[in-house]
Amino acid sequence: MVIERPAAEKPLSLRLLSQLSPASTGIAPFIATILLLAVILLTVFSPWIATHDPLAMDPLKRLQSASGEHLLGTDAYGRDLFSRMILGGRTSLVIGIAAAATALILGVLIGLIAGYFRTADAIIMRAMDALMAMPSILIAIALVALNGPSIGSVIMAITVPEVPRVVRLVRSVVLTVREEPYVEAALALGSSTPKILFQHLLPNTMAPMIVQGTYIIASAILTEALLSFLGAGISTEIPTWGNIMAEGRQYFRLNPGIILWPGVLLTICVLSINLIGDAARDGLDPRMKKREA
Amino acid sequence: MTLRSRDFSDAPVVLEISDLVVRVSDRDLPPVLKGVSFDIRRGETVCLVGESGSGKSVTSLATMGLLPRNALHVEGGRIALNGQNLLDVSSAQMKQRRATDLAMIFQEPMTALNPVLKVGPQITEVLDLHTKLGRAEKKAKVLDIMRQVHLPDVERIYDSFPHQLSGGQRQRIMIAMALILEPALLIADEPTTALDVTTQQQILSLIAEMQQRHGTAVLFITHDMGVVAEIADRVCVMRQGEIVETGPIRQVLETPRHDYASKLLDAVPSLVPRPSRQAPPATPVLAAQNLGKTYRSGSFLGKKTEVRASHGVTFDLSPGRTLGIVGESGSGKTTVARSIMRLIEPTDGRILLDGDDIAHLTSSQMKPKRRKLQVVFQDPYRSLNPRWTIARSLTEGPLNYGVPYDTAIAEAKRLLKIISLPEDALRRYPHQFSGGQRQRIAIARAVMLKPEVLVADEAVSALDVSVQAQVLDLLDELQRQTGIAIIFITHDLRVAAQICDEVLVMQRGAVVEQGSAERVLHDPQHEYTRALIGAAPGRFWDFAARKPLVA
Repeated sequence: MVIERPAAEKPLSLRLLSQLSPASTGIAPFIATILLLAVILLTVFSPWIATHDPLAMDPLKRLQSASGEHLLGTDAYGRDLFSRMILGGRTSLVIGIAAAATALILGVLIGLIAGYFRTADAIIMRAMDALMAMPSILIAIALVALNGPSIGSVIMAITVPEVPRVVRLVRSVVLTVREEPYVEAALALGSSTPKILFQHLLPNTMAPMIVQGTYIIASAILTEALLSFLGAGISTEIPTWGNIMAEGRQYFRLNPGIILWPGVLLTICVLSINLIGDAARDGLDPRMKKREA
Repeated sequence: MTLRSRDFSDAPVVLEISDLVVRVSDRDLPPVLKGVSFDIRRGETVCLVGESGSGKSVTSLATMGLLPRNALHVEGGRIALNGQNLLDVSSAQMKQRRATDLAMIFQEPMTALNPVLKVGPQITEVLDLHTKLGRAEKKAKVLDIMRQVHLPDVERIYDSFPHQLSGGQRQRIMIAMALILEPALLIADEPTTALDVTTQQQILSLIAEMQQRHGTAVLFITHDMGVVAEIADRVCVMRQGEIVETGPIRQVLETPRHDYASKLLDAVPSLVPRPSRQAPPATPVLAAQNLGKTYRSGSFLGKKTEVRASHGVTFDLSPGRTLGIVGESGSGKTTVARSIMRLIEPTDGRILLDGDDIAHLTSSQMKPKRRKLQVVFQDPYRSLNPRWTIARSLTEGPLNYGVPYDTAIAEAKRLLKIISLPEDALRRYPHQFSGGQRQRIAIARAVMLKPEVLVADEAVSALDVSVQAQVLDLLDELQRQTGIAIIFITHDLRVAAQICDEVLVMQRGAVVEQGSAERVLHDPQHEYTRALIGAAPGRFWDFAARKPLVA
C-alpha cells in the first residue's frame, strides 16, 4: 500500500494528561504544574488562609517588615501584605482566565467564519490586521479609559487585542481541514453549514486552542499587572498583583517586599503556565516532537 | 515484451542476506522480520513483493543501515555486501559506503530532494563527500551522468530547482545521484509508485539500462505485480516479515507454490475487460453535456490567466451501469467528478440529474438533490472524521434528511452486514479499522442515502491488491442489488477493465476517447489511449491465468 499513517490517535484529554507526566516531558513542566497548583490553592482559599482583613488599615503599623504577626510585613496604609497578595492573586487569576476564555470564544467564532466563507474572510482579516497593527497596551488603556476601571472593562481591554491572534490560528486550521475528504463527504451528505462548522471543523481547532489559551492566560495576567502599574487598572479597593506593586513603587526603599513578593508569585505563575503550554504544544503537535537522531 | 529469463548463476554474489531478524525495540512484540534470506548477483534484479506491512521496506532500510534508531533494531542474521558483513561496520564507515557501494532511491522524489537547492549542486554534493575531484571534473561527471539518465538540456536542468522539474525528471535526478559513484547495489523502494504509468515505464527502462551499463545489482521493492513482471529476474514474495516464496520470475508467475503467492496473483485485475453487460433501455439518470471548468485568475488590471481544467465532457449514464473516467494526473478527471458532485461549480455545460440541470444550483437548491449523488474518495484515512464513531458517520446523511435515528441505525446495521463488518463496529472509531475496512465503511456511508449515482474517485488506488479486489466486489454487489449507477475515476486501466461498462479517456482536460470498455481497451483509436495501454506494466501477462496474454 502507498499511504502509511501512524496508528491510533488517543483522545485529546488522554494525550494531554500523558504529556504532563514527568516521564514524557522531563521534570520542568511537572514542577511547573505543582507550583501553579500551589499558587492556585493559595489564592482560591485566600479568605481562609489570610491572616488579616486585606482592606483593614492600621496607620500605626505602616511599612513594617516581615514579622510573626505580619508574615510579609505591611504596606503604606498598614494593611497586611500577605493577605492582600493572596487575595490579589485571586483577582489576577480570574481576570487572566476570563480574558483568555472570552478571547478564545470570540476568536474561534470569528476564525471559523473567516476560514470557511471566502467573502467574509477578506473583510474580517483586514480588520484583524488593523487591530494587530496597534500596540495592544495602548488599545487596552484606551478601552479602560472609555469604560472606567471596573473588573469587567479590564477583562475586555485585555481580551480585544488578543482576539486577532486566535482568529488567525483558527482560520489557518479551518483552511486546511475544510479540504479534508471527510468535510467534502459531509457536504455531499447534505450537512448544513453550521453542522460542518461546529461538528467537523471546530473539534480540530481544540488542540491548538488549549495551547494558545495557556499563553493568553499568562499574558493577560501580565497585562493586568501592567495596566494597574500604569494606573489604568482596577482601584486598590480590590487588590490585584498589579496594583499592589504599583502602590509599593514609592516605598520600594522602605519595604521592597511590597513589590518583590507579588512579583515573585506573578513570575512563578506566568512561567509555570508558559511551561505547561510548551509541554502541551509539544505533545499535541507531532511536528514539534524531537526527531530521533 | 516477455518475462526476463537471464541466467546469473556465474555472476558473483553482491548482496547476501541470511536469517535477518529485526525487532521493535523495547517492546515485546513478534519480530518485524522473521529470518529473511536472499541474495542478489551482479547485474541481477530481485523484486521484493508484498502488501503493506509485509516488511519490504524494513528489509531495505536494514540493508542501508537506516533503521530508525530507538525504534527498530537488527537482532540476528547477516547482511553481506561483496562478502563483508554490513552489521559489523561502524556507522561512520557505513556512511562512507552509502553512495559508493550501495545507494537507494525512494518513492517520492520531491521530498527526497532539497527544495531550496538546485539539483546539479545536489548531485555534486555526493562527489564532494566521497571523491577528491577538481571542480571542473566534478561538473563534467555530473553532466555526464545526467545525460546518461536521458535528461534533456542538461545544462539548464543542472541549474534548476526541484519544483521546476516534472516528477519523472526528479526521479531521474535521484537515479543519477544514486548511480554517479557506480555502487554495486541499488535499492529502489517503490520508485515508480507516485508516477503516472507512461512515466513509470520510462523510469523502469532507465533503471534496466543503467543496470546493464554499470552491472549494478538491483533490489526492487514494489507492491505492483505488473511492475514485477516487467523488470524482475527473481522474485521474493513477502508476508508478515517472512519470504514465503522465492524463485525466478517465470516460475513464480506460472507455478506459484505458496498459497499466499497464488492469492496475490489471483487478485491482480486482468487487463482483459470483463464480458460486456446488456445495456438496459432505461433513461439515463445522469447526463453531462459539454461540461467544463475553467479557472480564471488575475487581478482587475493585471493580465488574466485561464486554466481549462476540463472541457467538452459529454456522457449519459443509465441506472446499473458503470462509467470509467481514465487518465493520468492532471488530466482533469477529478475536476469532472467534483463538478458532477457540485463540490465546485462548472463554468460551461449542463449536468442533468433525472432531467434537471444542477450545474448552477445554489447550495440550498442543491440540498434535496444531494441525496441522489454520493461520493467515495481515494484516501480511506482521511475520508472519515477521525473523531466520530462509525455510527455517527453512517447516520450523518440520513439525519440531515430527517430520517429518525432508529431507522438510520437499523439501515446502518444492515449495511454493515453487507460490507462484512460486525455490528459492534458502530461504536468504534475509524483508527480501529484497516484501510480496506475504512474504505468499505465510506462506501456504506455513501449508500446510506440510497443514492442514484455513486462517484468513486480513485476509490481503490490506495489499497493493497487483495483488498482492492474486495472493494471492487462490494461495489459490484451493491450495483446488482440496488441498480445504482457508478462513475469510477481511476488511473489504473486494469481496474477500469474490470469494473466499467463504458470508458472515457481524458488527457489535459479533454476527452480523447470514449466508448465501451471492451472497444476502448481492445481497439484503442487515439494515440494517447494506445500509449496508456502500452505503458500498463506487465500488460503481456495474465496473472490470474498464469500465462502470457494473447491479444
